Amino acid sequence: MIELIDVTKVYRMGNVDVAALQGVTLSVAEGEMVAIVGPSGSGKSTIMNIVGCLDVPTSGRYVLEGDDVGQLGDDRLAEIRNQKIGFVFQTYNLLPRLTALANVEMPLLYGNGHDGRRRALEALERVGLAHRAHHRPTELSGGEQQRVGIARALVKEPSILLADEPTGNLDSKSSVEIIAILQRLNDEGITVVIVTHEPDIVSHTKRAISVLDGRVVSDVPVDGTRRAAAPSAPAPSGGAR
Amino acid sequence: MSPLTTLRTALSSIGANKLRAGLTLLGIVIGVAAVISLMSIGRGAQAAITERLEALGTNLLFVQPGAASQGNVFFGQGSASTLTLEDANALLDPVFAPSVAAVAPELRSNGQVVAGRENTFTQIIGVTPSYPSVRNVAVDSGEFITRGHVDNRSEVVVLGSSVSETLFGFRDPVGQTVRINGRRFEVIGVLESQGGGAFGSFDDQVLVPITTAYYRLGGQRTPQGGVTVQTISVQVKSADSMDSAVREIGTVLRLRHRITGEDDFTINSQQETIEALEETTDTFVVFLGAIASISLLVGGIGIMNIMLVSVTERTREIGIRKAMGAKRKDIMLQFVTEATLLSLGGGLAGVVVGLGLSRLLDGRSLGGQDFQTTFSGDIAVLALVVSGAIGLFFGIYPAMRAAALHPIDALRYE
Repeated sequence: MIELIDVTKVYRMGNVDVAALQGVTLSVAEGEMVAIVGPSGSGKSTIMNIVGCLDVPTSGRYVLEGDDVGQLGDDRLAEIRNQKIGFVFQTYNLLPRLTALANVEMPLLYGNGHDGRRRALEALERVGLAHRAHHRPTELSGGEQQRVGIARALVKEPSILLADEPTGNLDSKSSVEIIAILQRLNDEGITVVIVTHEPDIVSHTKRAISVLDGRVVSDVPVDGTRRAAAPSAPAPSGGAR
Repeated sequence: MSPLTTLRTALSSIGANKLRAGLTLLGIVIGVAAVISLMSIGRGAQAAITERLEALGTNLLFVQPGAASQGNVFFGQGSASTLTLEDANALLDPVFAPSVAAVAPELRSNGQVVAGRENTFTQIIGVTPSYPSVRNVAVDSGEFITRGHVDNRSEVVVLGSSVSETLFGFRDPVGQTVRINGRRFEVIGVLESQGGGAFGSFDDQVLVPITTAYYRLGGQRTPQGGVTVQTISVQVKSADSMDSAVREIGTVLRLRHRITGEDDFTINSQQETIEALEETTDTFVVFLGAIASISLLVGGIGIMNIMLVSVTERTREIGIRKAMGAKRKDIMLQFVTEATLLSLGGGLAGVVVGLGLSRLLDGRSLGGQDFQTTFSGDIAVLALVVSGAIGLFFGIYPAMRAAALHPIDALRYE
């Protein structure tokens, strides 16, 4: 359960304060698959960062699975990221000098993980890439790299998967694959939150939250999930077509 | 993160940029090798000096006259001419000085020694027959000065090996005649070569009977009227009786000189001389090490430099690791470990290179100077510890910068 209660975020740029979020309240229940949509600069990435415990709100509360994590210190946040959250990035963010397996293994190094190799291989199997375990990212296609990224997010068995434009750098065929994997993981019970501005992706989720100028402007269920379009989601510019 | 994983991660990061790691390492290698080889050379020189002094004879005491004075102005130690040949002989008294085994009085002066068309300016030392045994020198050919030579003030001379070579080349000088300060002397022997010392060559001297040196080659008369000497080398029976020997000699000389107040002589032991010298050379060795340490410091700064570059380059990696749950101390430890591994690796290679260098230099002659090096484990351990500490020290700042990065900024870094 993710709960943001009247969250604001103010960045200081030089001498000017920029309000990225101006009172965002939303909650995502366990097992949901949510899309956060909005134009660039709308604040959707800031929501993502706060939900992902990469950043803390300036004011307001963030309650994650019953714990108020809004104002925790760096090290506690690092622990939460390690144990409860899996990140999938637009640019995959794999370490180029490590093999796919070593990349997937990495989050296990920072917890009390044992059996790292085996668990990493299992995670790779879940995204269908066990046979490429010993290849480096440069030897993999974009789709494959993103699947390694998902395996890495999965390896600690997180309850929440946060995906920031997961298909932004992929061709349509790979995008379909990635979305299918995310849907399957959601079916297995993982909460999935995707930041995107692609209507195709939105249509595969169960709920769309639109953000504009640091506020939530609409929060609606997506009808006809897994169909081609998402007609009832009145996303602003760049939202549904 | 477990220590083993940290180590493995650091090694793989270093391995990712081999050339750069190698060049950074080189700074430390050169520093450590310089420390080790320079200190080995220093220790070698120290050992050589000590060895040579010990070769001059052990259990030795040196008795020298005190400082001469005119009015209230004192001259240097040994400038007075209060010691005589009779004093030296008195020290052999088995009742008053039972600890004394032998004495070798010396009277030193300088002069021109001429043989045919060759000549050399050298040290002329008046000695007695006991000189070779006390001062640990041997006659190479011919014979040494005898009792009879001393009694008769004979004009005979024993040449040091380099004087012999200068004057006679490879011919045998025994039986030949040389002129010292205009007087004719018969060469009766040549000393064995002892090699150059730190304080002038022991081969560059000629020995004559002490009476001859006194009466025929100048020298002052004492108030007592005896033959003055500059140094009496006293061989003590055993190392244990050094202290009693000093007391006995003091008593005998005070009695003879009728001294009630301040002594007009000094007694030094060979051991004291060696210790004083070792103190000096210790300073010298430390000084050499300190100079070499500067290059080690430069190497350390090189490590810091490369680590800072590495932190900047790997900002994104740091961001990814933080997003995956790395804490500050995990990141910190990773970079400190890398820096320490680099400098320790350099230190290890430096020890090997330094050892090789000091082996290579050992016994080599460079610029007319024979090198002797002494490699010792303590220098190697010290150099290793210091290089490790340098890595730690210079790694901490870059590691702190890395650990302090905000995950979002680090992830966005292009």
